[in-house]
Amino acid sequence: MQVALEHLSKRFGAVTAVDDVSLTVGEGEFLALLGPSGCGKTTTLFLVAGLYRPSSGRILFGDRVVNDEHPQERGIGLVFQSYALYPHLTVFENIAFPLRVKRIRAGEVARRVCEVAEMVGITECLPRRPGQLSGGQQQRVALCRALVKAPAVLLLDEPLSNLDARLREVTRAEIKRLQKDLGITTVLVSHDQAEALGIADRVGVMQSGRLVALMTPRDLYERPPSRFVADFIGTPPINFLPVTVADGCLAIGDGVPRPLPRPLRAGRYDLGVRPEHLTVAADGDLVGEVILLESLGRETLIHVKFAKTRLRVLAGPDAPVTLGQPIRLRLAWEHILLFEAESGQAALP
Amino acid sequence: MLSLVVLSAPIILMYSWLLVASFSVRITGLVPHGFTLENWRFLGRALPNEASIWTTTLNSLLFAFAVGILEVLIGSMAAYALSRLNFAGRGVVLSSTMVLHSFPSVTLLIAIFLVLRFLGLYDRLAGVILVKLALDLPLGIWIMKGFFDNVPWDIEMAALIDGCSRLRIWWRVMVPLVKPGLLAFGIFAFLSGWNEFLLPYVLLPSQNSQTLSVLMASLASEERFADYGLVTAVSVFYILPAVLVFALTQKYLLNIFSGGVKG
Repeated sequence: MQVALEHLSKRFGAVTAVDDVSLTVGEGEFLALLGPSGCGKTTTLFLVAGLYRPSSGRILFGDRVVNDEHPQERGIGLVFQSYALYPHLTVFENIAFPLRVKRIRAGEVARRVCEVAEMVGITECLPRRPGQLSGGQQQRVALCRALVKAPAVLLLDEPLSNLDARLREVTRAEIKRLQKDLGITTVLVSHDQAEALGIADRVGVMQSGRLVALMTPRDLYERPPSRFVADFIGTPPINFLPVTVADGCLAIGDGVPRPLPRPLRAGRYDLGVRPEHLTVAADGDLVGEVILLESLGRETLIHVKFAKTRLRVLAGPDAPVTLGQPIRLRLAWEHILLFEAESGQAALP
Repeated sequence: MLSLVVLSAPIILMYSWLLVASFSVRITGLVPHGFTLENWRFLGRALPNEASIWTTTLNSLLFAFAVGILEVLIGSMAAYALSRLNFAGRGVVLSSTMVLHSFPSVTLLIAIFLVLRFLGLYDRLAGVILVKLALDLPLGIWIMKGFFDNVPWDIEMAALIDGCSRLRIWWRVMVPLVKPGLLAFGIFAFLSGWNEFLLPYVLLPSQNSQTLSVLMASLASEERFADYGLVTAVSVFYILPAVLVFALTQKYLLNIFSGGVKG
């Protein structure tokens, strides 16, 4: 089922939670909505689910406008952040609940519940109650309850945020596998970029109710459309340096101007460079001072004081640096990003 | 702990005295003498000028059960609506239920009497049950609204997604979740009905419709002489079901304070 949002807005009183969002989720596609808390991503999901009614705009499932359809008419499965299992029912009855509401025969209910429980690997939990399960198991039960209806669209609201780090990675891979096996159109909402980038085919980034980017995880990382997106995506975060452009050349601070690959309007820009695109080198262009060393295991994160800003540099664990030492850094010019200082829009597409 | 013992000792002593006295021939001052079952004669045959004790007991039971069950049923539906549905006038309803509760019911007696007579419900158990419900429901609705407020919204939204109507959500999801609280509230309502005196006293004047509390009052205020032996025996008889209910349901009663939701 293809899902399309057309100029979708949702206002709560004076607050605009979702502001003119348009996007299309293809048949069988896995789309993630990513953004800081309060950016409107969960509201967007609940609009698709039918728990909220849009203030304006349209929601289409295939060719069908579903604006006025109740949640149960839309054929969706939704997994809540809190899982929202029914504490008074056993796991079996929790999963069977949507089928019982539809008055499906008992034999058919048992067959479908067992099938989906086996697929997710919680068969041994069926007779227990949600309170007796671990967080990971509860999460799987919630997923089963969403899948047992064989929904056309699966909606996931921060499904992994209540799991510990290790379990999160396992479950992430599991959800991705299930989604591909079932070929079910899926929308996931997350504030965790690792989750969104790792799991989804395409990622939409939201900021204050607006959709500011919608592209593949790789493009999002390598060619972010704005300074906000570049800053939001990537750990450790990207570095920004104020630069000026004049006569087709770019200068960092008072440094030597350097020709640009493409002519740009003269003015002030922000240069973005990811920590892995700065290397410690004796002939580097940038001279700074090491102010902090963080060991990340596989790599070392070097904090460098440069002019008035702080740069983060990813280096090998045995990089020849000591605290308080001056350091020279080389910039991988082919990977730099440029954003207009005023608008924050990408200048080098 | 000690202070609790000291404070409750007089109450326990008084009830023990009541029990002993109901099996005594005579009571001089506070000292009971002899042993007899004569005070309990009312169990076998009707007292002079009174209806059979069993008719009276049945009235009390009917009254208490009806109050307990109907208060939970009506109250929990109203409480769910006030807790979860967003309808016009919700705020007004919420604040006015509290105002209703703060009126002393005595002041309404004459008005209630006139209304009941007009409706043909005067001296009928059903009429007093309606009045009792009307007076007790406001507080009950507020207490039960608190139970529903404690159920996470996500669970309700999950049920909506799973295809339930709001009525079905109330019955299949919400009521089971707050059942311990509703049960506790129902027991309190039952006991409140069992103990109610003023309303049956005023609105159920005839002997065939009187309740135990009214019988107690009429025995204790007998014009010629009060048979204290009889009064103590009927008292014990009247207390017994209440004590029994407390003893059997004690662990549920505490749920009224825990917000009604079980973990």
